[in-house]
Amino acid sequence: MNYITSDLKVVGTRPIRPDGVDKVTGRAVFAADTRASGMLWGKIKRSPHPHARILSIDTSKAMALPGVKAVVTSADFPDIASEEAFVGEGPMNFRDLALNIMARGKALYEGHAVAAVAATTQEIADHALELIDVQYEVLPFVIEVEAAMAPDAPILHDDLFTAGVTPTPTKPSNIAKVVTFRKGDVEAGFKDADVIVEGRYTTQPVHQAYIEPHACLATYASDGQITIHASSQGHFMIRAYTAKLLGLDIANIRVNPAEIGGGFGGKTLVYLEPVAVALSKKSGRSVKIQMTREEVFRGSGPTSGATMDVKIGAKKDGTIVAAQQVLKFQAGAFPGSPIGPGCMCGFAMYDLPNVDVVGYDVVSNRPKVAAYRAPGAPITSFAVESLMDDLARKLEMDPLALREKNAAVNGTKTHYGPTHQNIGFTAVLAAVKSHPHWKAPVKEGQGRGLAVGFWFNIGGESSANVHVNEDGSVTAATGSPDIGGSRASIGMMVAEVLGVPAERVRTVVADTASIGFTHVTGGSRVTFATGMAATQAAEKVVEDLKRRAAEIWEIPVDAVEWKDGKAFPAGSNAGAFEPLDLAALALKAARTGGPIAAEVTVNAQGAGAGFGAHICDVSVDRETGHVKIERYTAVQDVGRAIHPSYVEGQIQGGAAQGIGWALNEEYIYNSKGLMENPGFLDYRVPVASDVPMIEAVLVEVPNPRHPFGARGVGEVPIVPPMAAIANAIRSATGLRMPNLPISPPKLRAALDAAG
Amino acid sequence: MPIVRFASGSACQQYIGGKSELEVAATTFRRLVLELEQRFPGLGRQVEEGMAVAIDGEIFQDAYAAELKPESEIYLIPKIGGG
Repeated sequence: MNYITSDLKVVGTRPIRPDGVDKVTGRAVFAADTRASGMLWGKIKRSPHPHARILSIDTSKAMALPGVKAVVTSADFPDIASEEAFVGEGPMNFRDLALNIMARGKALYEGHAVAAVAATTQEIADHALELIDVQYEVLPFVIEVEAAMAPDAPILHDDLFTAGVTPTPTKPSNIAKVVTFRKGDVEAGFKDADVIVEGRYTTQPVHQAYIEPHACLATYASDGQITIHASSQGHFMIRAYTAKLLGLDIANIRVNPAEIGGGFGGKTLVYLEPVAVALSKKSGRSVKIQMTREEVFRGSGPTSGATMDVKIGAKKDGTIVAAQQVLKFQAGAFPGSPIGPGCMCGFAMYDLPNVDVVGYDVVSNRPKVAAYRAPGAPITSFAVESLMDDLARKLEMDPLALREKNAAVNGTKTHYGPTHQNIGFTAVLAAVKSHPHWKAPVKEGQGRGLAVGFWFNIGGESSANVHVNEDGSVTAATGSPDIGGSRASIGMMVAEVLGVPAERVRTVVADTASIGFTHVTGGSRVTFATGMAATQAAEKVVEDLKRRAAEIWEIPVDAVEWKDGKAFPAGSNAGAFEPLDLAALALKAARTGGPIAAEVTVNAQGAGAGFGAHICDVSVDRETGHVKIERYTAVQDVGRAIHPSYVEGQIQGGAAQGIGWALNEEYIYNSKGLMENPGFLDYRVPVASDVPMIEAVLVEVPNPRHPFGARGVGEVPIVPPMAAIANAIRSATGLRMPNLPISPPKLRAALDAAG
Repeated sequence: MPIVRFASGSACQQYIGGKSELEVAATTFRRLVLELEQRFPGLGRQVEEGMAVAIDGEIFQDAYAAELKPESEIYLIPKIGGG
């Protein structure tokens, strides 16, 4: 059923968040809070070298240490074959994943796991790590992307040959893949242009910087049954990857989803769980591992840094006639940067006749990258939207008018092939145009920037069930970890269908043994896809309730209607009966067929694409180079906001992370290839004083493929901020800053150089 | 018969001699995978594992039943994940 035009009573309201009390009182149970009887502490020994051959690992001294119960190395893991899969949040090679959680033969980055111990205390485990003797042959390393692409660069993988080029290379390379997207004739387009602008841009790898480090507790019982408690964006993903990497049956693994303290894409793959299971199997005890913040930085994935060249040609009236982009993305130690979406997203906001985009996926001696909100899109959009600002200046055109002139609409054919349908980009631009922030004059001494962004959004596999409890209250269970408010949004959709207040529905995240398979929480898919499953489950429950009422009243089921949480006779001909509410029907459940429940599984398609536009005002301290965000407004097409407060929170969070990406965050490597700032003191994420109140403006162009019109909302808001801020700095200072982060020392140096 | 277009430069093109489009007899994504595998061994698996199909602008992932019509715009693009 479709409720887009219905008079909704719950969807669109702002009930109190169901996880709020537990989180503010400290009662919420995260993975690090879990305990087990006789539990051991697991610790991981990590490579001190960015690139080294492992000659030998002697664990005998560590094993002899009192209190040490198990030590594992790659010898304790199956040497699995190369196998491409798409189980988490992107293409994944299981061999690479196995090698990433425990190095075999070579350590490929500083922080790469080479061994692990389990001991009775953390102190003993730490001491045991020191007693593990690893002999290395230190190898030349390469950190930066273009250096890794050079013909004489140290090669990370002897069996990596560049894909996507012909003829097939015979020599290994750090360039894992080349992808191209072409539309029209870009050379002819540039010949036809009145104005051409071009630029070279770089971004640094930035970490998802979730506040909760990775943690898990694993128990390998003597009967081969395995229980894992973990914080992740997908406990089914943990089950699948752990089974694959250890050669286990999925049926023997049960994963309990702990509360999660942020993920942003970084918790869509495993680091610890297979190691904890291996240690538990060897020791016969439960094993808990939790990363330190330093380990999070050294051992888990940031998103890619990149070097990008962009060129845009336009007519005098602002019509873009050609666009070209070359993207070089760091993948970290294994292939798999978000180069594909990076190539597709940069120009997806515009109706362009001639486009040429080439992308390179490049390995180097850094941690393997992981997904981060709208993977690839923020990087490519920083470059494109910075250049769009320069184009507007060169044309002496309003930057919003330039976007309006070239905006993608329904029927616009993208440069990667498909034609946009049911998009709301022009509505977003209209909302910018009419917003008080855009209409207000720029304050003296400040600068204003505008940038736009796109993300596909996805659907995928989800399971949900809805139970009417004995007293008529309702439980909705899903397989989606709640990162951005999905317990609220799913409960609200179920409540809307059932016709009861949101507070009557309790939504829980069920473990892997208690609900059907559900893909990870990511790609902005949960409210869309899991919400679709939950809505359909609630609809099945309503049909069942109507059948039960018909049975009680002894009338045909089609003579019963469901309204406001009650069964009514459909009309006077159906008979005169008092309405039956959920509680009354639940009371009669045994007599009318047993428990009232329904489960639905879906592979949801039709996730509507999302567009956003951000306006940013900044001031710049010319003595220090410090940039202050004075005012920030983020406009986004959200389809339909199920719980507007959560949607606004998603948008504010994306913008806040973008502020950090733009102004401060970067991995700093020394000349030895070692990261020098693996902590929040030196890797500076935004703090409260860095971020003004971000105004989120919700534009609602319903997605016709969702029962309530929802679109994903979590990815888009991190796409525009970096360019919006860079454009504001350009406006305030006259300086184009093409290299992120635009940190105080860098901006100060540029100001000094400009005199 | 439907015409299937490949994102230019995609890994699929090595199987089809650099062409960017193919005419296929398939009426569903499942039939498309089977036909591609039969005509170009390895391509069907590549498409099934790594590609999404965009039909008239709507992206379908892992959907055997997605319907392919002769008049439809059909593009194979890399699968989309997220963060």
